[in-house]
Amino acid sequence: MTEFTPVLSLLGGALIGLSAVLLMAFHGRIAGMTGILTGLLPPVASDWAWRAAFIAGAIVAPSLVLSFSNQSIAFASPVPLPWVIIGGLIVGAGVYFGSGCTSGHGVCGMARLSPRSIAATATFMATAIVTVFVIRHLLGDF
Amino acid sequence: MQRTVLAGVIGVIFGTGIALSGMANPAKVLNFFDIAGTWDPSLAFVMGGALLVTAIGYRLVLHRTRPVCEAKFHLPTSRKLDLPLMAGSAVFGIGWGISGFCPGGAIPALGLGETSAWAFVGAMLVGIFAARSVRLAHSQRLAPAA
Repeated sequence: MTEFTPVLSLLGGALIGLSAVLLMAFHGRIAGMTGILTGLLPPVASDWAWRAAFIAGAIVAPSLVLSFSNQSIAFASPVPLPWVIIGGLIVGAGVYFGSGCTSGHGVCGMARLSPRSIAATATFMATAIVTVFVIRHLLGDF
Repeated sequence: MQRTVLAGVIGVIFGTGIALSGMANPAKVLNFFDIAGTWDPSLAFVMGGALLVTAIGYRLVLHRTRPVCEAKFHLPTSRKLDLPLMAGSAVFGIGWGISGFCPGGAIPALGLGETSAWAFVGAMLVGIFAARSVRLAHSQRLAPAA
């Protein structure tokens, strides 16, 4: 079980949205983690600097929250490490061919009412729900 | 320089949102998908909050002629629902359902120093790199002169 956190989740979501709006306003870019990361892999994009800065900011953010507030950040993973790695390989290939993930399609693309992003989001949400159902309720695993 | 620092600050806002929302917590993400079991609907509030702010903010921002630090907006123009989009997204959902991590959730989770986050991100970068190599090799075979 995990605790239902509607207020904190809504606030966190609003901050994710704020970052998407600011990156569009200042840099003219979609705040999609897949696209930002892909430009940092060889052949590295010429505009790598803002990408690296955004990623670095996202990585240090949890430490800043823990240092400057009383807010704790819950983390637990019920998934065995080999399956985490298999999941990572699958996610990497999927988001590359699918041109985006939860941030790019699910937030930025859906907010623009992009038909591609709406179709992509409906698809990855559906296959994630089916995958968890199969693992937990048919196989009785993690 | 200013533009790079600004991107870092915006990254901090993104990572803070992810960390507070629970998107960096695989247990919570997997419970969101587990409708038939230990369902935790919190992540619907994450999507709701993010979409509301982005939809309103984009309306205001995209009215302008150009972004503050750049000559133009970089917006995807394709509207085609093709096979790579649909198959890639279906595959991504399977990986997300196995691991509980999506790219935007996993990157801030690196800052929590969790082994599983580092293992996931390493594997994901290998996956992106491999998929991109396949696509680049394929497009070179189709157009050798390019």
